Amino acid sequence: MLYREAGDFKTSYRDDSQTFPLKLDRMGYWVTLAVAFGVIPFVITDYWANAVLVPFLIYAIAALGLNILVGYGGQVSLGTGGFMAVGAYATYKLSTAFPEISLLIHILLAGGITAAVGVFFGLPSLRIKGFYLAVATLAAQFFLVWLFNKVPWFYNYSASGQITAPERTFMGYVISGPATSASAKYLVCLVFAVGLAWVARNLTRGTAGRKWMAIRDMDIAAEIIGVNPLTAKMSAFAVSSFFIGVAGALLFSIYLGAAEASETFGINKSFLVLFMVIIGGLGSIFGSFAGAAFLVVLPVFLKNVLVGALGWPTDLAAHLELMIVGALIVFFLIVEPHGLAQLWRLTKEKLRLWPFPH
Amino acid sequence: MDQLLYASEVLVNGLMTGVMYSLVALGFVLIFKASGVFNYAQGVLALFAALTLVGIQQGQVPFAHLINAITGSHISSFGWTVPSLLAILLTALVMVGLAILIETLVLKHLVGQEPIIMFMATIGLAYFLEGLGDIMWGADVKTLDVGLPQGISETAEAWTAALTGYGFFIDRLDIWATVIAALLVAALVAFSQYTKQGRAMRAVADDHQAALSVGISLRFIWVMVWSIAGFVALVAGIMWGTKSGVQFSLSLIALKALPVLMLGGFTSIPGAIVGGLIIGVGEKLFEFYVGPLVGGATEAWFAYVLALIFLVFRPQGLFGERIIERV
Amino acid sequence: MSPTSPTILSELAPPPAAPAPGTDGYITADGRKIGGVLMDLRHITLRFGGVTAIKDISFDIREGEIRAIIGPNGAGKSSMMNVMSGFYVPQEGEVWFRGAKRPPMRPYQVARQGLARTFQNIALFDGMSVLDNIMTGRLTMMKSSLLEQALWWGRAEAEETRHREQVEKIIDFLEIQNIRKTPVGRLPYGLKKRVELARALAAEPKLLMLDEPMAGMNVEEKEDMSRFILDVNDEFGTTIALIEHDMGVVMDLSDRVVVMDYGRKIGDGTPDEVRNNQEVIDAYLGVAHD
Repeated sequence: MLYREAGDFKTSYRDDSQTFPLKLDRMGYWVTLAVAFGVIPFVITDYWANAVLVPFLIYAIAALGLNILVGYGGQVSLGTGGFMAVGAYATYKLSTAFPEISLLIHILLAGGITAAVGVFFGLPSLRIKGFYLAVATLAAQFFLVWLFNKVPWFYNYSASGQITAPERTFMGYVISGPATSASAKYLVCLVFAVGLAWVARNLTRGTAGRKWMAIRDMDIAAEIIGVNPLTAKMSAFAVSSFFIGVAGALLFSIYLGAAEASETFGINKSFLVLFMVIIGGLGSIFGSFAGAAFLVVLPVFLKNVLVGALGWPTDLAAHLELMIVGALIVFFLIVEPHGLAQLWRLTKEKLRLWPFPH
Repeated sequence: MDQLLYASEVLVNGLMTGVMYSLVALGFVLIFKASGVFNYAQGVLALFAALTLVGIQQGQVPFAHLINAITGSHISSFGWTVPSLLAILLTALVMVGLAILIETLVLKHLVGQEPIIMFMATIGLAYFLEGLGDIMWGADVKTLDVGLPQGISETAEAWTAALTGYGFFIDRLDIWATVIAALLVAALVAFSQYTKQGRAMRAVADDHQAALSVGISLRFIWVMVWSIAGFVALVAGIMWGTKSGVQFSLSLIALKALPVLMLGGFTSIPGAIVGGLIIGVGEKLFEFYVGPLVGGATEAWFAYVLALIFLVFRPQGLFGERIIERV
Repeated sequence: MSPTSPTILSELAPPPAAPAPGTDGYITADGRKIGGVLMDLRHITLRFGGVTAIKDISFDIREGEIRAIIGPNGAGKSSMMNVMSGFYVPQEGEVWFRGAKRPPMRPYQVARQGLARTFQNIALFDGMSVLDNIMTGRLTMMKSSLLEQALWWGRAEAEETRHREQVEKIIDFLEIQNIRKTPVGRLPYGLKKRVELARALAAEPKLLMLDEPMAGMNVEEKEDMSRFILDVNDEFGTTIALIEHDMGVVMDLSDRVVVMDYGRKIGDGTPDEVRNNQEVIDAYLGVAHD
């Protein structure tokens, strides 16, 4: 009875198409934001920031980006790791070349560069569809990682072949480099995650989103009713890659502080983010966050239980973790192929009727 | 002249590598044709098969690592070794058992799902099997020896030397691998053309519904196809494992099989073979000629880029038919 | 018919079409004004490999009329419509639209010239709501940039609301208010057909093409659909080309009929003329060929 739309009337089309049509949802959203910005930064510890919250926010951005491409645009990509690498290396090159410009601007620019690269590798999608396209995006993954390993210019000829994030500040606070505080890392990632989620929502509820979904659901019909497949697909690749590039930039400059292309941005990253999208729910912004949270927290949880509580060797725990993650993915796909977002929707529908189930 | 001879040697070795790719790709094609599942786990199946083979052969206790961790014991081996042929047979049985498990636990519940969901499920399966293989048999690199001849073939060297004045270095294992792969392909083709089960398999591949309606058991066909794919994986695992040790990287040849499939088409057995050879030869020659100019290791991406460029110009693959789009 | 439609619909309607120079318009028996030639198909031949789907067919469609294409299964009707909507490019022949020969162009460009259509096997976007599906009909009129949309700023929001208002009029007109937010995939067949019509109407087309709008419908649904088609033609003045199997419906609805058989045109004229054409009767009833 608490959670329902009865009595929640809309008097304009603007109200009707808002993000959270239900009052309770809106309240939940504002409370979450208030806690995220007003409470967590003051209580966050290094462990929570590094093990859970910062990677969660960064992967949520990457998952949002991939979800735009796969969930809304219907174009499967396995090149996420490679595109994150573009974001990371672009940030590195920009911030070492122009240290006087704010790192935050570099991160956005890196997103833009990744968008351009994404469009380039997305061009084949005009001719290739489905699995063929998924495999074709592997070309981006392997080629980009190889490029960043083989061309010393990208890592400024450092002896180790690694890139290391220089110390950068924003309004007096250190936001990059080893001296960054937990709350600074968290806040930078939070601002990007919230801002980009808002952008994703705007894009997917409007014209761009409808074009993407039309192409996804039936590309031929979409073209016949007037959707230009070139601009629709390329804009999906551009926006998606922008998000993924920003995620890669944050992963390197804020979270890890150092990166090496094949270690940090290998094919497993591509799969990880794709899992987040599938487990979270294709075509759902909430799902992108839920999927990221699930796959970030699960290994931490397992490690705590197996190594911490049971005292098993770490390598054994790592193998068992692989098994459990694999099994859970299969389990999720069997039980709810539409992901956590769908589970959440079903729960809400039940709540709406509660306490009268019929 | 010398350059050309080196190149031909590279080419021959590329062909041998291509045979390996073809073998893995063949497993993909079989499963895709019969069940429409794009089985990412094929490479991990090969790894799992090779691990199991080594484990059985050397009399390892399965899950020894795990049992030790839980009970604090120090077991590792039964203390016996199993003859190669028997070990291969037992491993093949394990693969059949695995096929049955996969069918009952995973595939059965996913009937009618979208292909992308099936694909993701096989990636989950791949993770699971990778973890399982490591936990069962340990994650250390193992050497696999089932008595296949290895080392540089003097016969081939002498023969080519007589013919061209330059002795080619060809691994005997590669020659054997080629022969075995050719036999395997011939056997599979014969099976699918001339046996009742083979015909049922092709019927299922053509149209699930129609096959069901004439009384073909879909589940039986799936178990059969996954068993065959498991067997193909075992053969690929033996070859690759003998050549470069049984280790995680073995499962990565699955990724190399993907561009092979793109070239050859997901449903074409000849396509898988020709595609594998093209990629094997192509990446070796590219590395030979262009690699030194750009810092080497181009094998990491060449296959994918080649497949990508090829598909842009011929989206239906080598052997696919042009599709007329309709609304 | 919802009570408010006539006034609202007149806003949606394009200005009355004046007969093109050199061609005569005429007034139909029920008082509708038929103008000059809107689309002219000249000697269209379409082949798939060795199969000739359409063989040297010519006919025209005049402004304001309802033009039917009929014929037995496999006669090439849907292929003809695919040529008209630019999805198939014929090997020979020309398509003239609004007095100009159509240059080689992609289907989406054809759509932007003012053609909209429905499909024989419903081609809706199953993952989207009814409202979103109909909104896609107006995609060609959306002008806001990606950046404006991303920030929900400038033209993006105003445009969304303005087009939503237009779409709501169509929703009212087709009486599908109650399923506005339902995912299309969950709708029954008849309603899907109606949503598809709504999507085509949302584009405010100059030529509306309907590929078997009543296939698989029961009598009641057919009556509803016929009424909508007549209303659209009557009140928006929209020119309609339709493929239909149900002869009764065709004869009632259309001003002129093209009859196709084995990719050839075997009849063209008013329903009465076509009904009495011997070749048409043979094609439908079957006749021994020697």
